[in-house]
Order: sequence, then structure tokens, then C-alpha cells
Amino acid sequence: MLQVDALTKVFGGFTAVDQLSFHAKKGEVLGFLGPNGAGKSTTMKMITGYLKPTSGSVALNFADRVRDPRQNMGYLPEGAPIYSDMTVRHFLSFIAGVRGFSGAKRKLAVDRVIDLLQLQSVSSQLVETLSKGFTRRVGLAQALVHDPDILILDEPTDGLDPNQKYHVRELIRSFADHKLVIVSTHILEEVSAVCSRALIIAHGQKQFDGTPQALAAMAEDAQSIQVGFKDTSKVSLDELHSMPSVTKVEALPANHESKCQWQLYTSQPADFLSAFQTYVQLKSWEVQYLTQVPGRLDLVFRQLTTTSNTVPGTGQPEPATEDL
Amino acid sequence: MSKPQSTGELIMDFSAVKPTQFSAFIALTRRELGHYFLTPIAYIFLAIFLLFSGVCTFYLGQLYETGQADLQPFFVYHPWLYLFLVPALSMRLWAEERKVGTIELLLTLPVQLHTLILSKFIASWLFIGAALALTTPVWLTVSYLGEPDHGVVWASYFGSWLMAGGFLAVGGFTSALSKNQVVAFVMSLSVCFVFVAAGFPLVIEWAAQILPRALVDLVAGLSFFTHYLAITKGVLDLRDLAYFVIVILSFLTATGVVIQSNR
Repeated sequence: MLQVDALTKVFGGFTAVDQLSFHAKKGEVLGFLGPNGAGKSTTMKMITGYLKPTSGSVALNFADRVRDPRQNMGYLPEGAPIYSDMTVRHFLSFIAGVRGFSGAKRKLAVDRVIDLLQLQSVSSQLVETLSKGFTRRVGLAQALVHDPDILILDEPTDGLDPNQKYHVRELIRSFADHKLVIVSTHILEEVSAVCSRALIIAHGQKQFDGTPQALAAMAEDAQSIQVGFKDTSKVSLDELHSMPSVTKVEALPANHESKCQWQLYTSQPADFLSAFQTYVQLKSWEVQYLTQVPGRLDLVFRQLTTTSNTVPGTGQPEPATEDL
Repeated sequence: MSKPQSTGELIMDFSAVKPTQFSAFIALTRRELGHYFLTPIAYIFLAIFLLFSGVCTFYLGQLYETGQADLQPFFVYHPWLYLFLVPALSMRLWAEERKVGTIELLLTLPVQLHTLILSKFIASWLFIGAALALTTPVWLTVSYLGEPDHGVVWASYFGSWLMAGGFLAVGGFTSALSKNQVVAFVMSLSVCFVFVAAGFPLVIEWAAQILPRALVDLVAGLSFFTHYLAITKGVLDLRDLAYFVIVILSFLTATGVVIQSNR
């Protein structure tokens, strides 16, 4: 559905997007993740056709081969710009009109998105009087009014309160099976919450492309074990260290439930848990609690975006040279 | 907020809806025109336009004192009136869209760029047409007092409106050049001033003393003023009409080039 090839955009002497390639298909929620200024928005602007690539290409193909691909695309630009002098209904009706809706269909299309984004209470208010959350939802409504096959949303949850964020994420998830949704965000939790695939961009280049789970698995603490023991006197740091495949042992701050807590990092995440349990039985330690950590996204995000010596595509970072 | 019900479910089949450039043009033009009346722009512009055209006609032009039943004192000041008022109207056309970011919405809609440019131009041009239409009491006054040549008046109104189109096209072009409306206004005023002054008798006389006659004639021939004056005399020469049409089309095309170069 979407094929991006060696996409590059240079502003003056600054390369905002550098040889970015990926493809995406219907049924995916693709999350663009990256620090500010990484080139997420610029990439989106090129996909929508607003910006012309310096080199490379964006190819879109749809099953029903409409003449203008933009008719099949909904776009929420960064900051959700909207004509502030119009009422919500008036604005949505204007967008629907430009998109070829007329008469009863136009009203139906506008009513549909007003319902979908719960804008009934503000539909006759001027856009300039709306709160940030409502403005963002009007921007989303505008992108959805023609029920497009591909949705490109630049930071759709920015400025929303937690309830509104939840609502928008539910909405995006509900599109997942019959649309291609591309969402940009710098909120990490959003990736695991809504995306079926994450694409990390830093310095205009692709740093990672895969599922959020695969992303989390790359974290240093992926599949590490947090464990608390009942009797600390029996357990020694050396013994934990001497366990095969353990790379690092960290003492966690003690709390009232458990006197002694450890986090064990591993080089062999696949069978670490069973290996650890066998080891514990061997030593006949009494375990108070045991959890395996899936990997913290913020750690891997920093690994991927603060160093440029990664191998794009494989997502395998070389050892970070700078302090994380 | 509650969980959305039946989100994403198709209520109706939208695939049959296909935008045409014409329907898009109508929607865009209506929005542009609506903008003037949704904001104070329309009312302030109309009030100032009517006030100044009145001052020019009766005070500077001395419509009554000349004792002639024509509208020459009314029309002769239009280039100067437009010089300030049209850039004020046109400065926001593209600068505001770029500043607010709505240009991204516009340019990602399934609309050709020339449809966008034309809709903005036509909407403002219609608005100036409405302002001109509101000046008809002057015409009625003269008709009441005497027997003006109505053909000449019609031609003058048409010429004035055509010239306003020239000013607007220049203003739209400078508005596309900058995100800043004030910059757009000043640039537009400067370019338009050159277009008007180049044909102004005083300037021509002065220029003729230091420049070769052929050059002066060439520059004067490119002036709004020269062609407008010819039309207000009641002579609808195809060359004068073609001149304004070419100016308008050239600046609209240039606007398109500027917008494309920003992408």
C-alpha cells in the first residue's frame, strides 16, 4: 500500500530525512518514534505530498485506484492547524465539500465524524474558542471525514488529557484492521499501546523497524529478572554473579516487604527464567517474589537515538560509547 | 469520556464520492468569501473603502463643483485607493495559511494548486466587486443631477474592477512570498506603487527628461494607470483588457511557482 524508497529531504544544508526506506500495508498501525527534530514530521509531510522529496520516492497504491491518491488519505498535520474563524461543523463541512461531498452525503459524513470524535457539544462553537484537546479532535475529525484508507497522524495525542488520549488510542486501534495508520509520537507508552510496528528515526535515518515487543527485547534489561529473597543471609552477591549467563547484578532498593532485592541481567534471555529457577532450587533459596522484565522502552530508545553507530534495519546497536 | 461505539465502522460507502475540481473550487471560494464576513475584515474594509471613495470624489475630486455630469472624479482616484486597500485585503491570502499551518491542510486536499490559487483570487475579487457595487449611490446622484454617459460609467466600473484584479494578483503573489502579513503588505504596496506611478502623468514628464522617450513609453505602457485611464474614458480597447488579464494571469502563475518552491 505504501512504499517509501530512499526518501531524502535536504533543507538548505541540513539533511532532515536521510535515505529512509520502508513499506507498510493495510492493517498496520505504524508508529514513527524519534526525538524531536528526528525527521518524523518531514517524512510524514513527504508521504502526504505536502513536501517534495529532494530524492527518493513515495509510492501509494490503492485497491480502488482513485485518480488522486490524496482522496484516499487523511492527514492530521503537526499542531492540528484549523481555520479558527469557523465553527466546528462549518469547518468539517468545508473539508467534506472540498473532498467532493455534497447535499445529504456531506451532512452524513460530517455527522459521522462529529459522533466518532464526540464533538456534539462543541459543534456550533468557533474553533478558536476550543480547548487544545477539542482542537486536536477536530483535526482528527477532519482527517477522517472521508473515511480514508490511509491515515497519517502527526502527534495525534499531543496536548490531550489521559482520558482523551485513551479515547484517541481506542479510535486508532479500531481502525487497525482495515486501514493503514501512521502515527508519530515521542511518547513511548503510545507505541506499545497502539502500534503494531515501530519505526525509530533519529537524525533522519531509520534506527529500528519491528514490533514494539522486538523493540523492548533489545533493551539492556530485557528478560532480566527481579527477585526478592526471604532470607538474605543465605544469598550472596558472588553466588548470583557466578550463575552462568548472568552479566550484571544490581541491588534494588529494599522495601518493607522484602529485605533484599536484586535485578539480574542476562546475555541469554531465551531460557534465563528456567535456568534461574533451576539454580535457585539447587541452592535451596527461598524466593519471595520473582518477575521477569520485558525491557524498558526508554532505555532502548536512548540506546538507539543517542548514538548513530547502529546498523539500520537489523536494529542491533553496537556498544554505546557515550554514557546513557 | 466513554469508549467510542462502532468506531471505524462504515456507515455509508464513501468510495463513490469523488471530488471534482469544480466542486472543490466552489467550496474553497465560499470559505474564502465567508472568511471576510466571519471576521471584521469585510465591514472595516467596506466602511473604509466607501468613506475614502466618498472623500476622494466629493472633496478632492470636487464632483459638484466641476459641474459636469460624469463620474471622472470618482474613478480617477481608484488606483490610489486600491494601492492601500487591496494589499490590506490580500496580505493574509497565503501568509496567514503558512503562519497558522493550514496551508498543509489545503495542499494535501485532493485539489490542484491552480484551483486553490484561483479560488482565493476569485473570492477576493468578488469581494472587491461587492465593495464597488456599494458605490452606486454616487452614480445615482450624478444621474439625478444630470445626464452622465451610462456606457462610460459601466466601462469605468468594469475597468476599475479589472484593475482591482491586477492589484489582487500582485498582493496574492507577495503574500505567498512571506509568512509575515506586514511584510506581504509592504511588498505588495511597493510593487503596486510602481505599477501605478509608472503611468502617472507627473512621473512620466519627469522621467522623460532624463530617460529616452521609447523607454518611458514602454514603462508607462506597463502601468495600471495608463490602461485604466483609457478604459474610464469609455474606450474599451481589447489591448487594455488583455493587459489586465495578462497581469492577473502572470501573477497568479508566479504565486503558484512560489508556493511550489516552498514545498
